[in-house]
Amino acid sequence: MSGSINTPLIEVRDLGIRLNTSRGPAQAVRGVSFSLKRGETLGLVGESGCGKSVTALALMGLLPDSAVVSGSIRLDGSELVGLSDANYGKLRGNRISMIFQEPMTALNPMHTIGRQVAEPLRRHTNCSAAEARKEAIALLDRVGLPDAAKRVDAYPHQFSGGQRQRVTIAMALACQPDVLIADEPTTALDVTIQGQILDLIAGLVAERGMSMILISHDLGVIAENVQRMMVMYGGTVVESGATNAVFTRMGHPYTQGLFRARPRLGARKGTRLQTIAGTVPELADLPSGCTFADRCAIVEDRCRMALPAVVDVSAGHGVRCVRTDVSMAEAVGAVGA
Amino acid sequence: MRLPLHLIANKRLAANRGIRDLSVFIFRRFLTLIATLLGASLIIFLVLDALPGNAAQMLMGADASPDAVRALTIKLGLDQPLYYRYVHWIMGLLTGDLGNSYVYGTPVAGLIAERLTLTIPLAIMSMSMTVVLALSAGIYTAANHNKLGDVGVMSLTQFGIALPNFWFAILLILLFSVKLQWLSAGGFAGWDESILAGIKSLLLPAISLSVVQAAILARVTRSAVLEVLREDFVRTARAKGLSKRDVLWRHVLRNAMIPVMTIMGLQFANLLAGTIVIENVFYLPGLGRLIFQSIANRDLIVVRNCVMLLAGVVVIVNFVVDVLYAFIDPRIKVHNL
Repeated sequence: MSGSINTPLIEVRDLGIRLNTSRGPAQAVRGVSFSLKRGETLGLVGESGCGKSVTALALMGLLPDSAVVSGSIRLDGSELVGLSDANYGKLRGNRISMIFQEPMTALNPMHTIGRQVAEPLRRHTNCSAAEARKEAIALLDRVGLPDAAKRVDAYPHQFSGGQRQRVTIAMALACQPDVLIADEPTTALDVTIQGQILDLIAGLVAERGMSMILISHDLGVIAENVQRMMVMYGGTVVESGATNAVFTRMGHPYTQGLFRARPRLGARKGTRLQTIAGTVPELADLPSGCTFADRCAIVEDRCRMALPAVVDVSAGHGVRCVRTDVSMAEAVGAVGA
Repeated sequence: MRLPLHLIANKRLAANRGIRDLSVFIFRRFLTLIATLLGASLIIFLVLDALPGNAAQMLMGADASPDAVRALTIKLGLDQPLYYRYVHWIMGLLTGDLGNSYVYGTPVAGLIAERLTLTIPLAIMSMSMTVVLALSAGIYTAANHNKLGDVGVMSLTQFGIALPNFWFAILLILLFSVKLQWLSAGGFAGWDESILAGIKSLLLPAISLSVVQAAILARVTRSAVLEVLREDFVRTARAKGLSKRDVLWRHVLRNAMIPVMTIMGLQFANLLAGTIVIENVFYLPGLGRLIFQSIANRDLIVVRNCVMLLAGVVVIVNFVVDVLYAFIDPRIKVHNL
């Protein structure tokens, strides 16, 4: 550990990611900055295509070879952007781990789950095959896989979706990483299982003192599971702050729209669910100004001039909008509803 | 690792169940194999019997007296009813007594066995060349997808597929035998003198048989590997910290083997058909040439047994491929039960 207690575990500064898509080069992420302390949890929320998964893959160093990354990502003070694949490989699965969305396809169908859970241990530690196997059983047991010792030699197709997600969690935690990135870990699961898996992840994060970045399109999941959150839209962070602060005083018109678009229990019958007018802009042709301008109800000409700067509406609560005076005056009613 | 007693018992039970599943799978495939062989034998027998012309008449020439022809017909057993001759042949196949060649008068079994000392090594040589060439080209091109090496090797395979093997054989003779004089243009040195001499005389035939097949198999391997490389579990493996090379060898290849082995099984049948042409181009006294000569001589008993042998080999190779599927892919046993 090179960093002291006070240096953030992860520090991202002005991250930009350029991808080559079938429609030409696209600036998938721009100007993303955040930091994460040891033991802290951060949520990333936004619609599909807003850049949240791409940001996560950039942290893992798993973007396609053709992607161009600018800015800086530091882990414990050491720069990750531009790191060779061989050196990045020593961090992946060891200090930074990731859980993916699709447990049905995230496991290799040809290998036993025991072998797959033991694999990061064999890769990053000097333990023997027998030790790794023993540890894999302990991990599978910890993530709540029933009869772990008996089922360690079973194949992925012999498990349900929820059980497979438990296996991928065991795999991600094998080497006791400092950071866990969970990319929509419950989206593909049955509603009844989602809560169990989220509780399991939250429990493990607290137990091991890990930092976590939780990616979700579900505001409810974010509200219950993370201390701080970032709302992404069109490749930029439009709002960020402590989860409580953001939920009580939403500053960005997009965050407010996202919140209003949630179905609510107890809403009067026949009440139409609110939507945000328009569609998510294509990454290949993002507007030069605020990416939300075309869908925003309070848009002005100056919104389209340049990417708005971040306005601190309270300590640690930033909103990338030039009209927070108007949006936040109106927002009071929306949040109260 | 020490497991409680009841867990060890459970583990044994699970292993036994796995073995039982596999035995059921193999047994079912074996029944299919027997049925296919019976069907093939029936078709071969009926088609050769339905050929116009009396074998006895052919053997004795157009000038033979009707009495002599009848005597030979009885001697060859051709006067017996169809079903009797079929059953007699099948019993002979099971006991290894295939009857005597009409033309040479020697046992067919011995004739075939002698020719197999050439054709089996030839088939093994060309199949191994095919596999080595195709797998290395296929894996190399997939790992270097869309790079110069990929485009270059794939253009070569396009060329290989377009080549008729007998024409390529003639080109090889012109280059290595006529011009460079490294290898003989035809004939077989036999195995008695030295194994090396035998291999040398089979080298050009084996190359000409394998080039087209290797080109096809390389393309199949490439697309199979590329398809698996897009799977989610490849990203999972990368997220554990495995290098691209390790992911390719440990996770991708085994998953890509199913389509590759299917084509290999089919190609083996193709290869045997190819030997008939290639053995004639190189004047090799192998099974292919025996079939060719026997057809010309109306030595139908030899033709029938040779064709049955080829059919049997093809069916058995495909049986072996099916059983190998079950060893490679743990899901197959369950799907078939």
